Amino acid sequence: MSAVFKTDETFRGDFKYSNSPAAIRRFPLPFVEDKYMYSVNIEPHEAGPKGSIMEFQFDVDEHYIGECRDREIVLKEDPLRYQALPHMMSAQWDVLELLMDSMSRDYPGQFSLSKHGNRWTWHNKLLGIKDEFTFGDPSTLPREPLDYITRQAQGDFVVMDQRDGDLYLEAGMVTTPADWSMDFDLGMTFKEWHGPVPLAHELNVFDRALKFLLNLRLNEPVRRLNWTMTVNPRLDTSPEFYPRWGSDRATVTPDNVADKAHVRVELQGLWRLPRSNAVLFGVRCYLISIRELATIPKWARRTHRALRDLHPALVDYKGLTRYRDHVVNWLAPLDDGSPTTPGNSPE
Amino acid sequence: MSRSHSHTFAVTVTAITQVTPLIKHFVLKASDGSQLPAFSGGSHVIVVMKGASRVHRNPYSLLSSPSDLSSYEIAVRRADPTRGGSVFMHDHVTVGMQLEIAHPVNLFQLDKLARKHVLFAGGVGITAIAAQLEDLKMGSVHYELHYSVRGPEHAAFADRLVKRHGDRVRIYHDSADQRIDIEGLVAAQPLGTHVYVCGPTPMIDRVIASARAAGWANSHIHWEQFSAPPVGEPFDVFLQRSNITLSVPPDQSLLEAIEDAGIDAPYLCRGGVCGECKCRVLEVDGVLVHNDNYLSSEEKASGALIMPCVSRAQGKKLVIDL
Ligand code: FES
Repeated sequence: MSAVFKTDETFRGDFKYSNSPAAIRRFPLPFVEDKYMYSVNIEPHEAGPKGSIMEFQFDVDEHYIGECRDREIVLKEDPLRYQALPHMMSAQWDVLELLMDSMSRDYPGQFSLSKHGNRWTWHNKLLGIKDEFTFGDPSTLPREPLDYITRQAQGDFVVMDQRDGDLYLEAGMVTTPADWSMDFDLGMTFKEWHGPVPLAHELNVFDRALKFLLNLRLNEPVRRLNWTMTVNPRLDTSPEFYPRWGSDRATVTPDNVADKAHVRVELQGLWRLPRSNAVLFGVRCYLISIRELATIPKWARRTHRALRDLHPALVDYKGLTRYRDHVVNWLAPLDDGSPTTPGNSPE
Repeated sequence: MSRSHSHTFAVTVTAITQVTPLIKHFVLKASDGSQLPAFSGGSHVIVVMKGASRVHRNPYSLLSSPSDLSSYEIAVRRADPTRGGSVFMHDHVTVGMQLEIAHPVNLFQLDKLARKHVLFAGGVGITAIAAQLEDLKMGSVHYELHYSVRGPEHAAFADRLVKRHGDRVRIYHDSADQRIDIEGLVAAQPLGTHVYVCGPTPMIDRVIASARAAGWANSHIHWEQFSAPPVGEPFDVFLQRSNITLSVPPDQSLLEAIEDAGIDAPYLCRGGVCGECKCRVLEVDGVLVHNDNYLSSEEKASGALIMPCVSRAQGKKLVIDL
């Protein structure tokens, strides 16, 4: 996608955020059927269709500059959103290499990387950053490698060390969480960290997911989509700042619901890291207002049905209780009952 | 979520050295001239060998330094039978030849929180440990290796290791009756030490037993015990879901036979270690020959599960859920 990179978006305050028609069409609608069922739905993170959010390993889109700027704002106020335990340094370099290699290969107009042995030069044209450093020597970068590179990438990043048949969350940059806190979860095992998802334990999905991840192979990353809804296009819905956004839910009315309520989709990717044998968990967030989403007739019908029939436990878990009905009522007139084609493509 | 054949890439054999009467050492470079994928100490690769009549896929530890990605090094011990993957490597692979390998996998990883690492190796088991030593050399945590070899002519890697790691490496020659005091060494370690072992089964068992006797947590005891797919008697297998009967010849593994029939089966290590290939046994008339180190002895005794990468059957009939 030859995106036009917006320069003045905000994810707080005046919420100056919108999706271009092209961005709407590539939105990863999480409802692949009229009825939404929780599932692990892990698939290989292979190159998707041209222009789709899965075309590349790390999608860079029109919201890039605004998202990086929002991350800086969060970190200034709450520096603990970036943390890494000392034994995670080799994993930090792994992540830096993976991101720099991918971004410079896939977006050569925006990012470039040149390597002369361990002397690397990184040029980020969108943010106006250029640095020369020695790969493997943290003292040659202005910040720790993971901190440095994830300030220049969209989405949250968590790194898990693998030992003793488990995965431990031990480094990460988390400024756009859907109501979870890395500070609280640092050091937790995979299952402790995923503890609160309802229904999932009954389905035994975490045992299977953990076993799968322990055997995740190099060069064979996997992905899955997860979703929730959020009021206002706010990226930072962290528990630390709950007082700031928790009350947003009460502001939704039948009149403003189409612009206030947003579907939030997370493209979650998992990569085995080569030098550290750690696992990178990337969470890339996409936001779309109900009004934008409803410009695609199939999606209006589909979303209406999926939200109307959502399992009550999930309505509660995803925090939709207060405004789900407003969304359903707003979408109802757009649903004439005609069938939807399979999958989540716009037609 | 199941996966089968992983993506492979081409490497060219650039050097072969006969290091002991039974062990050959191979240097591999990417055939397209690029840098090889990065890896961590303790990793192995699956080497795909296209023999005249069949394809073998065997796991071999990467013993070269993880910080030098211009080439990979592996060592192959010739197994007894006259056919199979290791014999192919010994008798048919020559310098200049191309092989396919899969990306490295690490099932024998160093623990990053250890306060000290003590490593034990016996014979060709050193191949799983050599690259770990390279990783340890780059770090700041204390480590020591105790390496037992049959005699001076078998000390293939000993000189090289002593050169690189100095007095952190101690060599024991069986022929001179030098024995590693495993029990004594383990008992003398400070709290927070992790122990690693790769070598003959009795050595592995002794290290595990000593560490447990000294009250160590299982999380501090690490071993790798790849079995190459052993040769056995031929047998027939019926794959229930695929609805097909296959004959498994003596020198082919059950997994290889399944793959040869064009059926995708999951695997990761192909050495009976990772658990990825685990398959339900629906019926067996005869006995299962379990060669893996994954299933518990109760699971093996139950006869309900089999690891097709290394295990086989003896008897008239085997039906599995595949
Ligand atoms: S493939 Fe690992 S146990 Fe069979």
